[in-house]
Amino acid sequence: MELRGRRIVASPAGWLIWGAVLFFFVMLAGVIASVVVSSFGTRWFDTWLPQGWTAGWYGRAWDDFTLGPVLVVTLEVAVLVVGLSLLIGVPAAYTLARRSFPGRRLLQLLFLLPILMPPITYGIPLATVLYKYGFAGHLSGVVLANLVPSVPFVILTMTPFIEQIDPQLERAARMCGATTRQIFLRVLAPLLVPGILAAAILVLVRTVGMFELTFLTAGPDSQTLVVALYYSMSSAGIRAQQSVDAMAVIYTSMMLVLLVVALRFVNPTQLVARVRDEDP
Amino acid sequence: MTALRHRLADRGVDRNLLLLLPAAGFVVVLFVYPFLYGIGLSLRPPEGGPLGAYRRFLTDPYLRDTVTTTLGLSLPAALLNVLASVPIAYRMRGRYRGKRVLTTLLVLPITLGTVLTAQGLLNFLGPTGWFNRALLGAGLIDEPVRLTHNYWGVFLSLVITGFPFAFLLVSSYLSGIDPTLERAAATLGANARQRFRRITLPLLAPGLATTFCLSFVLAFSVFPSAVLVGDPAGETRVISIAAYEAAYVQYDYVLASALAVIMGVVELVVIGLVLGWRALLYTGSTIGKG
Amino acid sequence: MSGTGFTELRLDRVSRSFAGRDALAELTLTIRKGEFIALLGPSGCGKSTALNCLAGLLPLSRGSIWRDDVRLDTVPPERRGFGMVFQNYALFPHLSVRRNIAFGLQMRRVARAEARRRVDAAIRLVHLEEHAGKLPGQLSGGQQQRVAIARAVVLEPSLVLMDEPLSNLDAKLRLEMRTEIRRLHQTLGLTTVYVTHDQEEALSLADRLVVLRDGEVQQVGTPEEVHTAPVNRHVAAFMGYRNLLPLRAAGGAGAGIRVEGDGISLVGTPVGTVAPGTGVLAAARPEDLRIAADGVPAVVEVVEYQGREVAVEARTDAGTPLFLRSAERPAPGDRIHVTAAPDRLLVFPGEPG
Repeated sequence: MELRGRRIVASPAGWLIWGAVLFFFVMLAGVIASVVVSSFGTRWFDTWLPQGWTAGWYGRAWDDFTLGPVLVVTLEVAVLVVGLSLLIGVPAAYTLARRSFPGRRLLQLLFLLPILMPPITYGIPLATVLYKYGFAGHLSGVVLANLVPSVPFVILTMTPFIEQIDPQLERAARMCGATTRQIFLRVLAPLLVPGILAAAILVLVRTVGMFELTFLTAGPDSQTLVVALYYSMSSAGIRAQQSVDAMAVIYTSMMLVLLVVALRFVNPTQLVARVRDEDP
Repeated sequence: MTALRHRLADRGVDRNLLLLLPAAGFVVVLFVYPFLYGIGLSLRPPEGGPLGAYRRFLTDPYLRDTVTTTLGLSLPAALLNVLASVPIAYRMRGRYRGKRVLTTLLVLPITLGTVLTAQGLLNFLGPTGWFNRALLGAGLIDEPVRLTHNYWGVFLSLVITGFPFAFLLVSSYLSGIDPTLERAAATLGANARQRFRRITLPLLAPGLATTFCLSFVLAFSVFPSAVLVGDPAGETRVISIAAYEAAYVQYDYVLASALAVIMGVVELVVIGLVLGWRALLYTGSTIGKG
Repeated sequence: MSGTGFTELRLDRVSRSFAGRDALAELTLTIRKGEFIALLGPSGCGKSTALNCLAGLLPLSRGSIWRDDVRLDTVPPERRGFGMVFQNYALFPHLSVRRNIAFGLQMRRVARAEARRRVDAAIRLVHLEEHAGKLPGQLSGGQQQRVAIARAVVLEPSLVLMDEPLSNLDAKLRLEMRTEIRRLHQTLGLTTVYVTHDQEEALSLADRLVVLRDGEVQQVGTPEEVHTAPVNRHVAAFMGYRNLLPLRAAGGAGAGIRVEGDGISLVGTPVGTVAPGTGVLAAARPEDLRIAADGVPAVVEVVEYQGREVAVEARTDAGTPLFLRSAERPAPGDRIHVTAAPDRLLVFPGEPG
């Protein structure tokens, strides 16, 4: 239902807002396009466009930065983090959503903290501890570090999903003779699939994009794509600028695919609460 | 034995709570323990007593000023992201053609990550980039504006990466506000501005506080962009750079832990203030039927 | 725009379509000051659309709305001077009861002392003196309903619109609030348009009923007219004519007409022209069928106790179900004969279906 006078463009304020949005898009397009154009250019200095065009930088970037292994590591880390965080997070989210017990609020706060703290603050002590026990510098350390914000994140996104499932369903299943395990597998799991998918994809996007924690715990053989990209950029001068651009484009295309997939499963504007937008 | 079990069951404690154990244990082992370990480590410097590392932080301006630098970047960036999101998300409510495309475009920068944003800003806003070229060509400026390797480069990067998050959160809080409330206000004589100010804004305010906190957390941990598009030795030497250098360049884990602790405390103080203000607001249901 | 000086409100061919389909088609209606109008129909019939168009919350696709000589359909909702009670109440959850009720007065910049007096009066009117400082979330459903009504009437609106205001209440409270709404309408001299799908509610509250189906007006009339003389089979079905028998017109029988089929033979009153030999639909309420010594033979299947009477469901030999009321109490399996007074069996023309 639409209120009168609330059209998309209506007032000077409206124009101002859409102007700001437009400016944001121009900046964004400029940022993206300049990287993409550069990654396909031969030499580009003090002109509007590069002198010539080539796709060769992608091959060079692939070889120079050993992108094959890096992508494999990225994939391994992402899959392990998503799987483990779901395994640990979903049962906890279920219990938190359904039960009240002494210390519940304290536990909720505990699960919120890793999301509220900047990764660097706990990343440095965490990396120190992981080094002490010999995890850091390997894939296992990277996975463990990335799980720290991911598990709470799964709990946070899954709790509202579970809360909106009618508890009567579980009681009904129990009256039909189902055990707790059966209820989980036969009743809840199918209903939770959309929520689990949403959480999994969000964790995946976060993990692939997570710079700080991976940066602090990765060794030479356990770098993910973002970290490799950072190193290639901060050591610029050794490599051609364009091959860094090519690598950045590869990274962004990968994230873009993930985001498009994510948006198919999650309505981004309805993560917090949902109200039926009813027709009259 | 059974009596104890019954007493516990009365308070909601039974075997099903074991489902919480993996997650709780995990957070304790990998978050709480390292944090406490870091605090412990920060209190054991080789010289200067238990608070030596903190004293060093307070007396060395090169370290001390990183806090103000960090806040000077993250507070305005977070504020801008939240404040800009409100009118845009408010205008974009409801259903219309092309909404999904517009939303996708607005959240697109999430895919960029800090590193590509940094690279793009260097290319686009650099002295020979398109932005300066266009302004020079239009005759608006005589020489290139310096927008990279300084405060503004980092600030812009924080806006580009932070705005989509703020926008998503604000939109979802807005979609949680029952649209019949505004209709009710309209039938009671409130015009569009009054409807926003008296009904929507008060109901949105707690959500804005939360959004601000999360945007702030995101901006506060600015690290790659401060190094890549900023001036990491000067005006954008943020606290995370100092902590990283202490740990991985000087191998001074005591100072690094102390800096991490200080960073955490400063951040929690800001969040505490915002959430304290939020506690004063109405934070119940946002649906017309109580 | 205060509510007083007007004599009538005219809806002239008001229509609203969604995605090319008419949700409301050509509603023409004149509402006189002080009237209580009920828009009645099953869900999806367009009654809520009509109300929202009237409130200004939904732009019209065609047609116009007039208050005397002032065209209203181009005026935004906040300047129409109507009050509205929403189905889910739409109370502002962050404002206390008092401030919810005062909201409209503040929007109209009524002086503080005057606003206070009127809010106090409205709170007394709906008996919420003890709850004035509470937030809506702390009230029961019935109390929330009273706040919603007080908030709408405190402005002394020229028209009060109510969108199924009782549908979220339990049965006992619904009866209480029904009386309350009628009392407020009379004591405050309001003009009310009330949307409901509950025919009993509409019959007991309204001065006039507008029966809608699929966006089209079926009948406009007093409760008695609609109740006893539905103009077509849809209105009849909706107004509680549970016995709808597809039969065939046999021929005139006195003032009425004889209808037959499947072992049934009854005399009824034609509505419109019914040609002998054509298919008809005979409609009767359960209370207008009686058990008699002679009539349509049927076997009792279910007997429900309903206080002074029992409700009986019986089945004819051909399998047609019959619903009736009876003062005596047959047992399931009894063989009975059912008959109807000719003036209470309405015969609608056209193929059954």
